[in-house]
Amino acid sequence: MSADADITGRAIAAEPIVRRGVFRALLRNPLTAASLVVLALFAVIAIIQPWILPYPPNEVNLRLTNAAPFGSDYLLGGDNYGRDILSRLIASTRGAFQAAAVLSVVAVVIGTTAGLIAGYYGRVFDSVASWLFSAIMAVPAVIILISLYTLLGVSTTVAMAVFGFLVSPSMFWMVRTLTRNVRNELYVDAARVAGLPDRRIVGRHVLIAIRAPVILMIAGLAGAGIAVQAGLEFLGLGQAGVPSWGAMLTDAFGNIYVAPEQLIWPAVALGLVTSAFTLISIGVRDTLEGTYVKPSTRARRREIEALLGSAAAERTLGGTADAATATTATTSTSTSQPLLAIDGLRVAYESGGSLTTVVDDVSFRVEKGEVVGVVGESGSGKTQTVFATLGLLPEEAIVARGSIRLDGRELLGLPERDLLEIRGHRMAYVPQEPLSNLDPSFTVGSQLVHGIRAQSRATKKEARDLALAMLDRVGIADPLRVYRRYPHQISGGMAQRVLIAGAVACTPSLLLADEPTTALDVTIQAEVLDLLRDLQTETGMGVLIVTHNFGVVADLCDRVVVMRSGRIVEEGRVGDVFTRPQHEYTRMLLGSVLDNAAPREASARRKAAHA
Amino acid sequence: MPDLLTAHDLRVTYGRGRNANEVLKGVSVEIGQGETLGLVGESGSGKTTLGRAVLGLVPVAGGTLTFAGEDVTRLGARGRRRLARDIQVVFQDPYTSLNPSMTIRDILTEPLVAQGAKKKDAASTVRALLDQVAMPADALDRYSREFSGGQRQRIAIARALALDPKLIVCDEPVSALDLSTQLKVLDLFIELQQRTGVAYLFISHDLSVVRHVSHRVAVMYRGHIVETGPALQVTDDPQHPYTQRLWAANLVADPAEQANRRAVRQSLPPLDDDALAAAGAT
Repeated sequence: MSADADITGRAIAAEPIVRRGVFRALLRNPLTAASLVVLALFAVIAIIQPWILPYPPNEVNLRLTNAAPFGSDYLLGGDNYGRDILSRLIASTRGAFQAAAVLSVVAVVIGTTAGLIAGYYGRVFDSVASWLFSAIMAVPAVIILISLYTLLGVSTTVAMAVFGFLVSPSMFWMVRTLTRNVRNELYVDAARVAGLPDRRIVGRHVLIAIRAPVILMIAGLAGAGIAVQAGLEFLGLGQAGVPSWGAMLTDAFGNIYVAPEQLIWPAVALGLVTSAFTLISIGVRDTLEGTYVKPSTRARRREIEALLGSAAAERTLGGTADAATATTATTSTSTSQPLLAIDGLRVAYESGGSLTTVVDDVSFRVEKGEVVGVVGESGSGKTQTVFATLGLLPEEAIVARGSIRLDGRELLGLPERDLLEIRGHRMAYVPQEPLSNLDPSFTVGSQLVHGIRAQSRATKKEARDLALAMLDRVGIADPLRVYRRYPHQISGGMAQRVLIAGAVACTPSLLLADEPTTALDVTIQAEVLDLLRDLQTETGMGVLIVTHNFGVVADLCDRVVVMRSGRIVEEGRVGDVFTRPQHEYTRMLLGSVLDNAAPREASARRKAAHA
Repeated sequence: MPDLLTAHDLRVTYGRGRNANEVLKGVSVEIGQGETLGLVGESGSGKTTLGRAVLGLVPVAGGTLTFAGEDVTRLGARGRRRLARDIQVVFQDPYTSLNPSMTIRDILTEPLVAQGAKKKDAASTVRALLDQVAMPADALDRYSREFSGGQRQRIAIARALALDPKLIVCDEPVSALDLSTQLKVLDLFIELQQRTGVAYLFISHDLSVVRHVSHRVAVMYRGHIVETGPALQVTDDPQHPYTQRLWAANLVADPAEQANRRAVRQSLPPLDDDALAAAGAT
């Protein structure tokens, strides 16, 4: 057996997941890399501080009381007790990192363990744990900490452990939610079916999936821990005799009229460490969500601009030439102007420093009142062509060349204001996923009315009447009831009817439909196709329908355009293409249609007869 | 020949008390050894739930499930782990059924090691598995995201075959694939069955897919099996009004034939749900 035909570089390039090498990706972000260096530096100082202290941190030298920095034995000057500020600064690192470590370990151990069990097993443990952690969350953490210090005189380590326990709910809730999501992944089901014990599933599948967000939260907690500890020590709640940044701030604060510069050193140290933690957590988040985009180098940007510039120039210069070819191309089918004329369209995306062309030199027409099907497999560029026509390509897309004309008017390069006027009014769109294209927080009726009023000067009352009439027209039995419902209260088939009602409400001359029936059950699909056919006959609008299903083409279309890897391989009347496909690829696709394939039973019987 | 799997009057309910929703309302099916039973139905008909009940992924509320003569309706965790050697699964979505942070080698080795195989034996088995599903051996150290949908589904099939099961539950295994890939993967299923004698419970919403791979077909509607029979008969000459409707709604890639089907469909009387439920219950 040969390898799949669908192994294209594009399919692989389109994958958004960047899980491998998260760490390497992090280092590529300069802010994160710098933060990691800063933290590493402080951590090393915390470990080796006993050997690098210039003076014992509590040693008093009255001669150097409030000594100015850089001018005496004390490099950063002396404080108001005559102690070396630099030594105290260095000695404080250990306490700060200890606080961060104790806090994060306690919060992680408690929150993650409970979150994993609650998320994976649910049931009673989940209810009890959720209730308990909600209760812990309600406890005022800072007040508890202050009382611990003042009433019991606990050490910083114990106080931070308690603080870790008090903030563990945030870890619990996150881990629980993530685990519940992973729990529903099919690969976890597959592991269960394979007979893996639960602890292995949690260890191998769940923990790996949630590790990154947990790291992110640890970084956040550690930063917060250092800040809170410093805050408490600033209030004078730390252990006397142990140097800390917070206590240094208090001393400096009391001395602010004498030597204000003493505030700077502990503040800088605190600021550096806490912002490093924060920046790392932001970096981890950006890397995981793939939102961090390495800024293009200047040369690269110029290259793209040049490409765009040339495309724009080509469009203005070649306008007349294009029009000429357009008319010659259409004379065979119609002498009048086509409803939609796409010429030499090229759409590309920039990814990883190179341009990937997804639509390449695509030209075809949709005549008035004609139904054209664009058919192809994933990666054929069929949807990109429709989105380019609608002017709804994502921002990263580059329309490098070509022209799209609706009733002779060029759509490419049209300002958004004019496009808004055209979309909905002159051309309308029916999407693939009906339910995700309705806003869950508004009723069906209000969304329809909103759309109608955006396109016409109808009053609220007129728009409402039109919406109800349209719902009735698209075959909804009780329009008023559906009008008042929210999207989650209606079925997918109903939602698609609603979207079609909205699309045709303002009598567009061109309807663009992207796989409008793919998400629907077959019986519903048949009904929706009936509806589209009836509406087309009634209004005489042109329809451009994108589909992977040759059955949809056979049912609805007059003409068909077959696309592969961004290019058109064949175009013709539906009857001709089905009976006499010219291109090998079309023949292969039609050969893969299962209605023509031999049924299992018959072939088995035939084999048995031969034997 | 005794049946491999028998479900008798199987009932599955989601939720409890007032929110209880019975999804399987007494379903009875049999699958013989080396046989493919196609299960067709629309979304919400309960076909996926039947598959998950067979896999032990949802608790059974009533009725019995018998596998190779043994009652497996309510197996404990240990019994289920033992049964994993015999009943395996291929899911619909090859994008979420393979762990993105594991290499193909780890994915294929996992079930073998879980069932007590030695790492060294597992390594050679894994290479043979990839060969069986026509994937190159250098795929082993790559991640699932590096493969197309069809290739991922081949890997999922290899994972299901790893333990040499007697039955594989295939839940819409080709509906996320492109047309040309779909046919190749279906033919791989048939070829593997002929070679290993594995039985399939093949769940799909697509009548033509089921017709292509199945020996027998069961049609499901709202938690009931409404029609069962030889694949050719159910898909060419359906008896039950719901199956007739399903047949007529199935699009044909031939404009003339499709126009005929459309005329037939539009002439069918509307479905009477109560009558259907009654017919299904009997």
